[in-house]
Amino acid sequence: MRFQVKMARACLLLLGSAISATALAAEERSIVVASTTSTQDSGLFGYLLPRVQASTGIVVKVVALGTGQALDTARRGDADVVFVHDVDAEERFVAEGHGLARHPVMYNDFVLVGPAADPAGVRRSPDILRALQAIRQGMFPFVSRGDRSGTHQAELRLWKAAGVEVDPAVDRWYRSVGQGMGPALNIAVASDAYVLTDRATWISFRNKGSFTVLVEGDPRLFNQYSLILVNPQKHPDTKAALGQQFIDYLLSPAGQKDIAAYQLEGQQLFHPNAGSPAH
Amino acid sequence: MTGEESALGLVFGGDPALFAIVRLSLSVSLGATVLAALLGAPLGALLALSRFPGRQAIVVALNALMGLPPVVIGLAVYLLLSRSGPLGSWGLLFTPTAMVITQTMLVLPIIAALTRQIVEDLWLEYRDELAAMGVGPLRRVRTLLWDARFSLVTAVLAGFGRAAAEVGSILIVGGNIEGFTRTMTTAIALETSKGNLPLAMGLGMILLCIVLAVNVAAWGVRQFGTRFEH
Amino acid sequence: MQAFPENSTELPIRFEGVSVHISGTIILRDVSLDIAAGAPTVLVGPNGSGKTTLLRAAMGLVQPVSGSISWGGRQHVSPLRRALVFQRPLMLRRSVADNLRYALATAGVPRRERGARIAALLDLVGLRELAERPAPRLSGGERQRLALARALARQPAVLFLDEPTASLDPAATLAIEELVRKVSAGGVKVIMATHDLGEAARLAGEVVLLHQGSVVESGPVDQVLRNPATEAARRFITGQLLL
Repeated sequence: MRFQVKMARACLLLLGSAISATALAAEERSIVVASTTSTQDSGLFGYLLPRVQASTGIVVKVVALGTGQALDTARRGDADVVFVHDVDAEERFVAEGHGLARHPVMYNDFVLVGPAADPAGVRRSPDILRALQAIRQGMFPFVSRGDRSGTHQAELRLWKAAGVEVDPAVDRWYRSVGQGMGPALNIAVASDAYVLTDRATWISFRNKGSFTVLVEGDPRLFNQYSLILVNPQKHPDTKAALGQQFIDYLLSPAGQKDIAAYQLEGQQLFHPNAGSPAH
Repeated sequence: MTGEESALGLVFGGDPALFAIVRLSLSVSLGATVLAALLGAPLGALLALSRFPGRQAIVVALNALMGLPPVVIGLAVYLLLSRSGPLGSWGLLFTPTAMVITQTMLVLPIIAALTRQIVEDLWLEYRDELAAMGVGPLRRVRTLLWDARFSLVTAVLAGFGRAAAEVGSILIVGGNIEGFTRTMTTAIALETSKGNLPLAMGLGMILLCIVLAVNVAAWGVRQFGTRFEH
Repeated sequence: MQAFPENSTELPIRFEGVSVHISGTIILRDVSLDIAAGAPTVLVGPNGSGKTTLLRAAMGLVQPVSGSISWGGRQHVSPLRRALVFQRPLMLRRSVADNLRYALATAGVPRRERGARIAALLDLVGLRELAERPAPRLSGGERQRLALARALARQPAVLFLDEPTASLDPAATLAIEELVRKVSAGGVKVIMATHDLGEAARLAGEVVLLHQGSVVESGPVDQVLRNPATEAARRFITGQLLL
């Protein structure tokens, strides 16, 4: 029976390699990185990964999910490294023993975008908390990702800091869509609603309509990304050595330089800050 | 696939990333369809020719499985292949193989159920003559499958259509990883979610053309097959 | 054509008190009959008299509910030694030649012999030019010839034919009858059903008259047709008995 199982497995692997020419060769020096849709959509990986491979020989396979989902995937041991942006969730992840340690690597910022007409008048102040309060005051439509992503958690923290209580069930102006940044933006533009988004996704978003950036630069909109290696003690199948190599590269001067060098439409999206005090 | 290149530009410019995506889509869907046909057609034929208590229940169940929601299969396969699942050590999660497995499971009931219907109908015609010739059960299956070949091709192409259009399950088990498990359908889903609608539409057109070509081929096969009809 | 089988274990076919029911209806009623080797035995009778069922029972396709059938004194013999040509024979969805190839394969003929046998059979039934035609496209007469060739491919000791000329025009009918004569002359026992008395007269050695599931009369064809012993036989022959 053991032999038959091995045969089945061999057949499947052959099948897999027959389908993807790179599969078999790549399998050995590859890792799975669970990251967020916003990071993926920004195009950072398209720029970064070939450089990682050139430097370390590691083939990185990025599975892009929301932060919550990414961490859950890692909890199941299905990823080797997580690359997300939600401090509280990350710390919990490490505390649970699924990850070894948080390594802050870079940051970008969130921006509040909305219709050019700006009915809530948030454009006038660069204070995000005041802006949110104004939106709440006038009950202007606001779209939330509602998907436990890093962006979503950041948004919730901001509401809390602004002293505003939001209940999606009751507040009709607050629309929790439970989807990624792209769909959320689509919905926001279509319904003339305010929405909090990361700058990178906004820059590359194709469907802006009349929307524009209304609030930016507030330090509270700072968005820290970290790398965490999945704990090989807890998940023996983790490719710990390769995963650590990947992390080390991104934290190294060469990797940090790569991150800074990535530009979209002439703008730098991510600012490397490995080694700075953890945010 | 970022940037403002239009889809047409990519197609006619021979963008390698696009070709990789199309090639993967076809490999996965064709691979799954072939596997499902190899397993499902004989299964359907056997079911058509056998009589045992509870057979009717199985036929009904098989027909029902044709409408299985793909995401459910995707989830089930994901849990199987996850490193924390029973088959985790096989390392198949987030690979094209996992996608083929999932799609095979989706297409198999379709091919089996359609084959059962086709063979059962043919059996009514063939029963007497094959009995008179003393044809044994195994040969019966082969005879009917061969004589029904043109209808079966249609069934197989129906299965392929289902596989090629599918996105939910392969998204879950494949992870939509750029360069590895990104197919046309998952790419369309991604580009749509990024608001990159022109590109998504372009990809959609290509997918449509492929499916259309497959259906034209099916029609051609059926036409050719009519020379063997009464 | 093969020589008369030395120890033909198929014959005589003996029916003893055989009754056959189909879906609750009595089709054959207490039939006792001996079919011996030699010249063709022709079953005649109006529609619904049980000719087809008798043929199928003799072929071994239906089981009697009472009574017994034996072949050469045995209860079971290899089906390979018998072949049946149906009234509307099934055309496999393949070429004419492939239909024959199939019959040879099911009869266990080794691959290398098949080509020659196919050619011989095609020549015998006169379908040589149509070898590559899709069988479902054959005309009625051609289909019967193909079915006959298929049956002969098995080199049977006994050949059953169920009203082979029922839906054919006179020319095709004669062609089939000529073939049947040839086959019989080659040593194969022919058992044929027909509702055409003329055909019975032309082909039979012995004729068996059926009416409503029972054997009314049987005997050498000349005798039965000229001097029928029973009233029912007489009425059938004169065309008065329709059901």
